[in-house]
Amino acid sequence: MDIGASLSGLLGGILIGLSAVWLMGSLGRISGVSGILSGLLLERPRGDSAWRLAFLLGLVSGPMVLILLGGELGNVADAPDEVIGAPAGGVGLMVIAGLLVGVGTGIGSGCTSGHGVCGLARLSPRSLVATLTFLGVAMATVFIMRHLLGG
Amino acid sequence: MKTLMGYLAGLLFGLGLAIGGMTDPTRVLNFLDIFGDWDPTLMFVLGGAVVTTFIGYRLVLRRSQPLFAQAFQLPTRRDLDARLIGGAALFGVGWGLSGYCPGPAFASFAGLTAPLIAMLLAMIGGWWLAKRFSGSH
Repeated sequence: MDIGASLSGLLGGILIGLSAVWLMGSLGRISGVSGILSGLLLERPRGDSAWRLAFLLGLVSGPMVLILLGGELGNVADAPDEVIGAPAGGVGLMVIAGLLVGVGTGIGSGCTSGHGVCGLARLSPRSLVATLTFLGVAMATVFIMRHLLGG
Repeated sequence: MKTLMGYLAGLLFGLGLAIGGMTDPTRVLNFLDIFGDWDPTLMFVLGGAVVTTFIGYRLVLRRSQPLFAQAFQLPTRRDLDARLIGGAALFGVGWGLSGYCPGPAFASFAGLTAPLIAMLLAMIGGWWLAKRFSGSH
């Protein structure tokens, strides 16, 4: 086990948690990325879009700050100075995966942040079931792709 | 002020994702690969995030309202339905294929590649489809 990566993981997780607490304490909102961004891009609610756009800009600028600092704080496997890892497949695979992620988080009302972090922290039974479902299915998908199909 | 709060929340979130290793799809997929060379990093990310949020929410939600808004907007539904579980399952397939969930996919914008552009556009298209054909989000 890579202790450094695990400690960075813990620090990253605490920062994500602080972000969720910050957004709840200041604006009273759940930090669900799929909900915040789909709302911004598809609904553009009046008086409720500026903070969503600002959240998106912040989300993008976080890793940029680390890149500007030289990348040592990044946590890409086997690449000490990288902050953002390479995609795991080509355009075709990503179109399929992107559609599934979009439709799934759209009808399932949340993703890893909304259900997996905020929902679990609120002890929501819906979020617990959603999180166990997407984690289990994702693990099964990787098993099929890597070990059964050997991709 | 609301805009500044939103930016700071996004910034902290983006820093956390990158420091935690979630902007590396390989690390994410290696975490999901429990029958392969398992990478536990994401367990620490999720654990750290949930525990911090659990404690922080309890402190923050004692107040009568947020600092810069009228009221806390918390989901109230507790029932399980096919949409929740089916949606989560579809999301799981997409996550397992790509190693991207929505936060890290957008946070990886600084390392823009053709596959990432395809991922982001398809994801937005998926949100549109979900909204178009199932009413509410």
